[in-house]
Amino acid sequence: MADDARPITRGFPRPAPTRDAAPFYEAAARGELRFQRCSGCGAFRHYPRPTCPSCLSREFSWELSTGRGVIHTWTIVRGPTLPAFEAKLPYNVVDVLLDEGVHFVSEVLDVAPDEIRAGMRVRAVFEPVDEDLVLVKFRRDD
Amino acid sequence: MNEVDPAHLPRIRDAAAIVGIGQTPFAKSLGRSEPEMAVDAIWAACEDAGLSPRAIDGLVRYDMEQFDEEQVLAALGNPLLRWFCGTPFGGGGSASVVVLAAAAIAAGMADTVLVYRSRARGKASGYGRDPKQGGRYWEKLPESLPGLNQWHVPQGLVSAFQEMAMISMRHRIDHGTTDDQYADVAIAFREHAIRNPAAVMRTPMTRADHHASRMIADPLRLFDCNIETDGAVAMILTSTERARDLRQPPAIVHTGAMAAGSHHIRLSTLFSRPRDEDSAVRVGRQLWQSSGLSPADVDVAFFYDFFTSMVIIALEDYGFCARGEGGPFVENGGLAWPDGRLVCNTNGGQLSEAFIHGFNNTTEAVRQIRGTSTSQVRDCEIALVAGANSDPTGAFLLRRA
Ligand SMILES: [Zn+2]
Repeated sequence: MADDARPITRGFPRPAPTRDAAPFYEAAARGELRFQRCSGCGAFRHYPRPTCPSCLSREFSWELSTGRGVIHTWTIVRGPTLPAFEAKLPYNVVDVLLDEGVHFVSEVLDVAPDEIRAGMRVRAVFEPVDEDLVLVKFRRDD
Repeated sequence: MNEVDPAHLPRIRDAAAIVGIGQTPFAKSLGRSEPEMAVDAIWAACEDAGLSPRAIDGLVRYDMEQFDEEQVLAALGNPLLRWFCGTPFGGGGSASVVVLAAAAIAAGMADTVLVYRSRARGKASGYGRDPKQGGRYWEKLPESLPGLNQWHVPQGLVSAFQEMAMISMRHRIDHGTTDDQYADVAIAFREHAIRNPAAVMRTPMTRADHHASRMIADPLRLFDCNIETDGAVAMILTSTERARDLRQPPAIVHTGAMAAGSHHIRLSTLFSRPRDEDSAVRVGRQLWQSSGLSPADVDVAFFYDFFTSMVIIALEDYGFCARGEGGPFVENGGLAWPDGRLVCNTNGGQLSEAFIHGFNNTTEAVRQIRGTSTSQVRDCEIALVAGANSDPTGAFLLRRA
């Protein structure tokens, strides 16, 4: 089978949040980065889940993050990738350690691939993909 | 501090043995269905053991395997199965399938257990829209993601190799692991593949070839990644007692263990946990403590070599060297037959032989115990086989009778 005839997902792969995760995306649509925060011990957590992994409390609220943090690790995707992302190759993907202590996988906008470094300070920005979806991205913060 | 409570150690010591192995040819594309390849490999394993398929009464498979219990039973003339199970996490389960088979035999749940994996995973082997229909699974991700991949894929992190790139990069940040060290792993395994007629990649690789291969996702180059192939592997386990009467020298499952606690799909939580609790680290502790052996007793090791970098990390996870010393460990032919510090993946592994979800490493471990490898380790008595160290995983030790 020729390469261009291979079955491949062509559209943008979208989050389809469950009830646990929906508040995250609703906040992002308002330009807010919010994570679950345990009412028992105060720990922030990501990914959304019903229980605090530190103290097992089931009480939590969705609290604002400062949106500031540091690049913990990163990669530059050079392909192959899905067609939805091919136009922006090469692009970075980073794991941000937010000041609240949670890790979040995202992208740092407007930074050349050879400038990405672990330890770089970044802050969250909100990027609409289309009218129904806003993704949390980051920019340099120094 | 790192002692495992003795009550929590596996008690399957020497109960079961691998008595038959079988495989199809391996190639970038075979143009055959996964069930078809599976049956070929299963038949070959039965033949190797000198057992009829009708003797099979237990079955263990990867959850991702498309050729399920019902289809296997129909293809094997309906043997009277009395025990079956699967294990999740893809490559993380590549050694767990054998651990589960041995545990079933030790507990009397089955006498003769079939384990197998069949994959049409060559780039050009996809023949339909469903991930089950061959080819690269990640190219067929749904456009609507309710699971954990909703947190990565929309950001452009679409496949395991990119997740592994992030883990590998962190290892470089912490420990200064280098491109040359990655090349040392790739070249050692390629040299093994060159001596193995079944291997797909048999042209010599130099350090310059490695560094010239294109960057896929920093820090991983093409030659740091497992190859994409078609093929199937199967094996038969039975009790060690019964194994003595069979055709082949038994490869006895000396001990085996499993652990969950970290997973590359859950990158955000993986980086939040202490490395000391990583699945592979905990599996290693159980292996050594339950056997009374140590890494120094291992004659040959088979790590889940989906990426060169992850082999380096696995050496640390299993205690062959301290955290951060995996890079120096592989230098100067550290993993190469015949004189490496620890001879590894003598089939060429998944980097150069074939990518059968790690199961082709297990068949080669059996050949080492039998003394029939094309890169045979002298007086090989103990072999380690480990599943993917980025996942909930398992590992076991094989020993000669
Ligand atoms: Zn808590």
